[in-house]
Amino acid sequence: MEPKDIADLIKDRYPSELKETKEFRGQVSVVMRKDRIKEVMQYLHDTPELYFNYLEDLCGVDYLGKKEPRFEVVYHLFSLRHRHMIRIKAEVPEEDASIESVVCIWAGADWHERECFDLFGIDFKGHPDMRRILLPEDWEGHPLRKDYPLQSDQGEKEWHGYKEILEIAKKNKKYEVG
Amino acid sequence: MALENNPDVVEIEKGLRVIPGANTIIASMDMIVDWARLSSLWPMTFGLACCAIEMMTTGSSHYDLDRLGIIFRGSPRQADFVIIAGTVTKKMTPIIRRVYDQMAEPRYVIAMGSCACSGGIFNSYSTVQGVDNFLPVDVYIPGCPPRPEALLEGIIKLQEKIKKEHFKWSRWR
Ligand code: SF4
Repeated sequence: MEPKDIADLIKDRYPSELKETKEFRGQVSVVMRKDRIKEVMQYLHDTPELYFNYLEDLCGVDYLGKKEPRFEVVYHLFSLRHRHMIRIKAEVPEEDASIESVVCIWAGADWHERECFDLFGIDFKGHPDMRRILLPEDWEGHPLRKDYPLQSDQGEKEWHGYKEILEIAKKNKKYEVG
Repeated sequence: MALENNPDVVEIEKGLRVIPGANTIIASMDMIVDWARLSSLWPMTFGLACCAIEMMTTGSSHYDLDRLGIIFRGSPRQADFVIIAGTVTKKMTPIIRRVYDQMAEPRYVIAMGSCACSGGIFNSYSTVQGVDNFLPVDVYIPGCPPRPEALLEGIIKLQEKIKKEHFKWSRWR
């Protein structure tokens, strides 16, 4: 099926959820509200003529100062049977940075959602194991947010594990032999 | 019997004499210990990123680290020096420090690649700006990545450093 037709199908079935449809160089993105996203995903997965059985990617975007609501969670879906794909973008506001998990539909979403939580701080409701995946578990903040300081020297807000190592290095310096 | 002017004693290098017939070597303890150490350096590998590939290549038959007496050792307790090859993240620092602290003295550190030397192109929240922030580095090898020849050169530099060491074997060091 052509991506445009898929977008039209979604529009017919969930007119209240769909905000807009964008097309860029033959690729169609469907921007949606986040509240019933799991239902929409289940529909895309289960309907025989769509049959999106493969979640290619799941990631987050931060549009700080560019757009409201601030975050987006982007799903790239592909159907191995019909060989068509679609991109779904779910808008997530800053005040309520959470969205329903789709792990029960595609098990592969597990680590993607954990990464998205780790780096953007978006909470995936219903995820079986919502922990950080890349950063140390006691890290503070979510580094891919645009208001997170970029440089290596984080000053006072440095991760305490690294601070401890610097302390140890300082302490052990006197035992080093030239 | 003085060593100098004795026809049986041959000086083959400054401070190193042999008596050929008696199968005897006369040298300072420094010299013998340093020579033994530099001739069989076992590195603890610490490949962290792309530089590790180049380190592996250096160990392979084309460049052949074994001919310098260098055999990669997977355990810090039996290693003489550690090659930090790659980007050092803050999350990795406790592990690097623990590996280093387990190594027996005398121990050395080679920082391989721009990332290990200075953070390289990555000045971001997660990367350490040079492994010398928390380890005493002996040799820095620049490059992104350094060629295997550069790593060899770095190791030879380390051998030269060991050769010049004085009294590091004794307990008065
Ligand atoms: S110095 Fe270059 S090659 Fe080496 S780890 Fe850093 S980016 Fe990779």
